[in-house]
Amino acid sequence: MSSNIIELHDIKKTYHVGELDVPVLKGITLNVPRGQLVALMGASGSGKSTLMNILGCLDHATSGRYNLDGQDVSMLSVNERAMVRNKKIGFVFQSFNLLARTSALENVMMPLSYTAKHLTDREARERATMLLERVGLADRLDHAPSKLSGGQQQRVAIARALVNNPPLLFADEPTGNLDSRTSEEVLQMFQTLNEEEGLTVILVTHDPEVTAHAKRVIHIRDGLINTGVYDSHAAGAMPTYAGRNSGGAT
Amino acid sequence: MMTYVRVVTTAFRALRRNVMRSILTTLGIIIGVASVIAMMEIGNGSATAIAKTVSSMGANNLMVFPGMAATGGVSYGAGSSVTLTPEDCAAVAKDCTALKAVAPIVRARVQIVFGGKNWVPQTLYGTTPDYLIVRDWNQLAAGDIFTDADVRNSNKVCVIGQTIVKQLFQGINPVGQEIRIKNIPFKIVGVLTGKGANMMGQDQDDIILAPWSTVKFRVSGTSAQTANQSEGSSSSSSVNTLKNLYPENTISLYPEQSELQAADTPMSVRFVNIDQLLAAANSAADIPEAMSQMTQLLRERHHIGEGEPDDFTVRDLTEFTDALSSTTKLMTKLLLIVAAISLLVGGVGIMNIMLVSVTERTREIGLRMAVGARTTDILIQFMVEAIMLCLVGGAIGIILGRGTSVLVRTLLSWPTELSPGAIVAAVLVSGIVGIVFGFYPAWKASKLDPIEALRYE
Repeated sequence: MSSNIIELHDIKKTYHVGELDVPVLKGITLNVPRGQLVALMGASGSGKSTLMNILGCLDHATSGRYNLDGQDVSMLSVNERAMVRNKKIGFVFQSFNLLARTSALENVMMPLSYTAKHLTDREARERATMLLERVGLADRLDHAPSKLSGGQQQRVAIARALVNNPPLLFADEPTGNLDSRTSEEVLQMFQTLNEEEGLTVILVTHDPEVTAHAKRVIHIRDGLINTGVYDSHAAGAMPTYAGRNSGGAT
Repeated sequence: MMTYVRVVTTAFRALRRNVMRSILTTLGIIIGVASVIAMMEIGNGSATAIAKTVSSMGANNLMVFPGMAATGGVSYGAGSSVTLTPEDCAAVAKDCTALKAVAPIVRARVQIVFGGKNWVPQTLYGTTPDYLIVRDWNQLAAGDIFTDADVRNSNKVCVIGQTIVKQLFQGINPVGQEIRIKNIPFKIVGVLTGKGANMMGQDQDDIILAPWSTVKFRVSGTSAQTANQSEGSSSSSSVNTLKNLYPENTISLYPEQSELQAADTPMSVRFVNIDQLLAAANSAADIPEAMSQMTQLLRERHHIGEGEPDDFTVRDLTEFTDALSSTTKLMTKLLLIVAAISLLVGGVGIMNIMLVSVTERTREIGLRMAVGARTTDILIQFMVEAIMLCLVGGAIGIILGRGTSVLVRTLLSWPTELSPGAIVAAVLVSGIVGIVFGFYPAWKASKLDPIEALRYE
């Protein structure tokens, strides 16, 4: 198995709006090694969301090749992509997307419904409980989302993303709806998961604060990766450009 | 794929998240099913009541007449031969399972006298106590019906109808009185309730019932030769022919049996025949079965070989029974139409709310798809929700409908009858409604694009 969990080769995505072809991604080639914490940055309209959808197997590219965890996923059908998402990818969203009036525990168990034939109800419950304990919500198992704070809700969402043991975690603006203190907590959690479990985490964001936690920042501009400035794998280089980045934003 | 248990629990949780709306959604089905059940039960009860009423009018009755007799090419018409015996009646009563009861009938038309008044009743039937069961006439206004022992002993007892009471006993209690029927004193043991005119306008209360043996041997006084003309004979001793009834000079057109020839015909003097059998089938549906049973038994008893014609005729009141069954059929069809319409309306309600629910839960659908739900998973989830709504609605509807019919029975004392068919149909139909009307919203949900769905506000 390749050491890269994500291998993109010349990915292009073109939307058809009436007679017009609107190219959004214009040929992206990108490798993400296992266990990296990557920040995906870009202004709105840069193609950042489109790239994330393709990376998250929610959408397929118009052309190009995408290897995820050693498997070519560029030509999969809708249902096959659903299976890949279920097994290999965890999602954390900006707006948490928890099921209303449903306990934290059941929210975390929900994805198991679609794969875990081999898990009994009790095993599923134990697994969900264990994950909720790990995100520090052991005493909130039966709380509905409306009874939880934003940070707690996002932590439930993280537990849910991890329930199928995926090697890859996508977080789409995970701190967008949180205040700075809880943002910091959630980001810390991503960092911990990345460092302790070796989980590959991709943070999609436009917030420079977030990128400070990343080992690598990928900038998207006009459907292309802006490699000239930031392409560096050296861990030592990280503080430098992270600092530069935040400095530039303020 | 999700396991069945998980599918059901997931659907149940989804419905429980919005209890009020689920109840309101399923209200259409509840009302539909409840009204169907209640109407079916009330309708069934009414149908039974109607069937009872019509059968008391004689709709279930079957009549057996002896066959035709002919002498020298001259036919005497239906019922003129002497073939039915009281033993036939007993055998029919014993062996024909489709019959509720059967009674022999011996007819006479004679004068009756009480005190200074006299009257000729339209019907004087010699029969057995079973006649009242056959005619659904069990309730007597006063006194009692004569007994089987009276029949065996040819006792001179009788039961009279309301018209006779009106004609002879104004202001007098007739029970225990004696009337003279053709100068023979009969004791009145009972008075029948009024039945009014029959379909042909004949007064059914102008009747006297007496043991058939008494009427046969004491009143009509028939012996072998006159048996087929019980009303005509006036003498019990002499040889008799039709010709002698009206002593006049007629030219005989055809060669006839002379009196001497008739007298020479070897026939048992005490050969006992009866004029008619009157039977009642268990129900209108049993009539064809009862007819074939009786025909078979009587052919056997009369030693009629294969291919030979019957020496008797079995008749039913086809007109009556047809009217009865067409009424019931019409009622059932009407109820079915009402059921179909109300369930259709309920189904449209379910579809409407499910569509709203799909729109409202777009983000949930997107999320489920993002974490690995396939299109079929989503389709099944929403289908199961719709079917569950319908089935739960159906179950509540059945309870409500049963409750209504019980309420109607106790408060309005309408006849109702449990209808298992309606309950099974209600469950099936509400399930089908769930599948049919749940499909479109579920299909719409399954076709959502997860990216769009997740972004949906």
